[in-house]
Amino acid sequence: MSVSSAASLSTEVVVLWLTLLVPALLGALAGCFPPRRMLPVLLIGAPLVLATLWLLHRVSVSGEFQGTWSPGGLLLHWRLNGLAGLLLLLTQLLLLASASYAVGHRQTFAVAERAYAGFWPLLGGLAVALGLIWVADDLLTLYAALELMGLCAVGMMLLPGKQEALVAGMRYLLYALVGSLAWLLGVALLLGASGRLDMAGLAANAAPGPVTGIAMALLAAGLLLKAAVFPLHGWLVPVHVSAWAPVSALHGALVVKASFFILMQLWQRLVADAVAAAWLLGLLGSLAVLWGGLQAWRADALKQMVAWSTVGQLGYLMLAFPLLAGTSAAVASLAWQATWLQLAGHALAKAAMFMAAGNLVLATGERHLSGLAGISRQLPLSLMTFGIAAVTLMGLPPSAGFTAKWLLLQAAILAGQWLWVAVLVAGTLLTAAYVFRVFRFAFAEDAPHHDVRVLPAGLDLIALLLALSALALGLGAEWPLALLREGGRP
Amino acid sequence: MNGGLLLAALGTSLLAAVVIFLLPERAFRARTGVNLGAAVIKLSLVAWMVWGLRLGHEYAVAFPVLEGLPFVLRADALGIMFAGLSSLLWLFTTVYAIGYLEDSPNRKRFFGFFSLCVASTLGISLAGNLFTFLIFYELLTLSTYPLVVHRGTAKALAAGKVYLRFTLTAGLVLMIGMVALYALAGDIRFGQREILAGLEPEYQPLLVGLFWLLVAGFGVKAALVPLHGWLPRAMVAPAPVSALLHAVAVVKAGAFGIVRLVYDIYGIELSAELGVLHGLVAVAAVTIVFGSLRALAQQELKPRLAYSTVSQVAYIVLGVGLFGPLGTIAALSHLLHQGLMKVTLFFCAGNYAEELGIHRIDELDGAGRRMPLTSLAFTVGALGMIGVPPVVGFLSKWYLGIGAIQAGMPWVIAVLVTSSLLNAAYFLPILGRLWFRPGPDHGVGAWPGERRLGRFETHAWLLVPTMATALFSLMAGMLAGMPFSPLEWATQVTNAEYLR
Repeated sequence: MSVSSAASLSTEVVVLWLTLLVPALLGALAGCFPPRRMLPVLLIGAPLVLATLWLLHRVSVSGEFQGTWSPGGLLLHWRLNGLAGLLLLLTQLLLLASASYAVGHRQTFAVAERAYAGFWPLLGGLAVALGLIWVADDLLTLYAALELMGLCAVGMMLLPGKQEALVAGMRYLLYALVGSLAWLLGVALLLGASGRLDMAGLAANAAPGPVTGIAMALLAAGLLLKAAVFPLHGWLVPVHVSAWAPVSALHGALVVKASFFILMQLWQRLVADAVAAAWLLGLLGSLAVLWGGLQAWRADALKQMVAWSTVGQLGYLMLAFPLLAGTSAAVASLAWQATWLQLAGHALAKAAMFMAAGNLVLATGERHLSGLAGISRQLPLSLMTFGIAAVTLMGLPPSAGFTAKWLLLQAAILAGQWLWVAVLVAGTLLTAAYVFRVFRFAFAEDAPHHDVRVLPAGLDLIALLLALSALALGLGAEWPLALLREGGRP
Repeated sequence: MNGGLLLAALGTSLLAAVVIFLLPERAFRARTGVNLGAAVIKLSLVAWMVWGLRLGHEYAVAFPVLEGLPFVLRADALGIMFAGLSSLLWLFTTVYAIGYLEDSPNRKRFFGFFSLCVASTLGISLAGNLFTFLIFYELLTLSTYPLVVHRGTAKALAAGKVYLRFTLTAGLVLMIGMVALYALAGDIRFGQREILAGLEPEYQPLLVGLFWLLVAGFGVKAALVPLHGWLPRAMVAPAPVSALLHAVAVVKAGAFGIVRLVYDIYGIELSAELGVLHGLVAVAAVTIVFGSLRALAQQELKPRLAYSTVSQVAYIVLGVGLFGPLGTIAALSHLLHQGLMKVTLFFCAGNYAEELGIHRIDELDGAGRRMPLTSLAFTVGALGMIGVPPVVGFLSKWYLGIGAIQAGMPWVIAVLVTSSLLNAAYFLPILGRLWFRPGPDHGVGAWPGERRLGRFETHAWLLVPTMATALFSLMAGMLAGMPFSPLEWATQVTNAEYLR
């Protein structure tokens, strides 16, 4: 695959940096003049999505783009390959959906004006941070982006201003800072050992040994904490229970995945052959699948259930590590594709599910599952959206979750790693168990009539579109997977 | 290659589902129009393809989903046969359901998922490889769940839970089996029997293991003993749903999966060589006798019909297990025959329940006088199930019997005779009660809950489909030698299977 160098400022580079940085500008602008309608937000955000699509097209035609820039004596690296491009596209789509949803959310839900105005700059900051994480190719940029992302995410979680939100948000901040500390220590060790911070240089210079091992362990611990991987997931559920639906959607869909993405990149460069450690991560993921699923099944409140489901679903991603370490090229390729497909499918579906759950809660005023009894008659569309999103989470066809599960199963069977097959089976059944609990309540006919608030049609429509795109990704997986196969795997 | 028709046929039901979901609950007329229009259009499209297939046209469409794994729709003779059945019965069941659910709540949800369910069934019949088959097979599970729990009572919701436990677990088992098969041999289009047959002999134990894994996955929906537990409970669903589930959708999808597996993936020769056919026959024989015995023990009409389905669908599996063209003809034709007869019986059960409030068998005394046409249809269906000529059920049993002799398994005849005797034992008393016992119309007792629906013995929308399917069951038997009859079509498919 050809690598076009970007010594000169080509159109692609300009467009890339515009798509990365314009959201910050838009966020600041929207903070000063908070939008009142969905349509302007959609119209202003759409070009960003189109620009990303064009970038992806360029990547598929002429291969990876990469380059450096040096602010103040530092040399920073970036690259845009198929994987980064796809994640960028996913991010732009979800940001647009969340931004539009937030406008509708404010129209129905009494939100303090100041908090609403504060949402926008934080959203812009989050957009920049996520974009940087996907394209950054050195540890310094990654560190800065990771911190920015964490701060913006905490800020957004604090927006509701209630006691529980503050407590949960502060705990999140504490965890994030501890994670950053571990990360910084790891980076320092690596810098001391190899003298490089860019990924390629690290991979070339880092000698396998105790220092690299300890550094990687520190980095991994920090990232696992930020990614809420079992057993470091304690902070995740309380934050989501009190957060606004569009914030939860973004957080569950993208923020926790960003840490996973970084971990995967580092792991592949530094300790790709550490089979035992990879199995440890796989086992943690398996426990996450089981524990998250069980807790989601036991949850009383709807948003709590959806949040626990994130803990469980993140576990699937961790299965990639043992399937990539020391396995044949065929298995590794399958696991690689499965992981990113699962990530994208889960991101779309989880955002849709948080929004659908938000709609159900907003319209009924009920937080508990039992309060949703008989809701199928009154809120069929919200419930349907919830169901379609759940199809992806359960990994039933036709959805990205299903196609990803097919790939994962195939990889596990080919590699003879039967444990993961059992984990996938258990995870699927647990997911079905907790998802259909909602329907058991919702389809009851002997329940009292609710006083339902009418929601703007846009709220349901945005969630439905996201849920449907997760389905479409299942059958249309060939295009993104082809981009993945060509590049992105270090 | 002409894929447009396939996509149009599939799209018709999918589009109908979407439009129905978009229409408001009160838009009764528009919904009825969409329902019937879509059913008629789809039936015509399938009929067109049936004709085209006869003329030697090919219908296929495919696109890649994963590297080396395409989504394939293809109309082969076997698939189009099943598609024809589902389209025909969809039309009748839709008419019936519109009458049955008149003035009841949640009709939008019901008909939306009903259409999705039919779309899945069509997808199952036209799927061209296991991957595509699985997609629609699981979609069928999802789209039938809201139909099973439609009443929203505690009993219905509990039944839905059991239904999901069985079917979702089975779906996973099936998926693992399919992935393993794919990992072993790559993508196998239905009909590419040479792929597995060409594998090295050392893979044969693995192939046997995968065969049973897949049969276990299909066996849940096909309600093979001991995997049948969900079926009697799912009886809480409204009558049209039961009719659809038992005649063409869920139970048949499982049986059809086994048919595809044996004839189009493994191939009948390889299956015989692997020695899995004997096991299949044994499972089917146990299921046939067990289902009949359990049916005999039921005091209510719908559960008795449900256990009868357990037994009757196993006839298909039995026919598949009999090596030889006659067993195959029996299996394939019974796929259609059982659908026609069972849908009739369930329509009748629904009519009795709606018009007279009858659920128990001992409440049927004298109902033949009050509802002669329904009872006539029931009689046709019941006699067919027992195997009395000229109703189609006779043909199935005849071919099964001589197929068993041809396959060198004469003991199967004993199973058939036992089953027929049991069938008679649980159906004839019902007929006796209907026609020869004095009932409320003779001044004895009272109907449990009589309602006067419409000008005829019951609502016309309920009566017409019942009569139509009864007539089809009768005609399929009497005109079995004519072109396009189920038997003739099954013979065509069989010839193609064995003459390759």
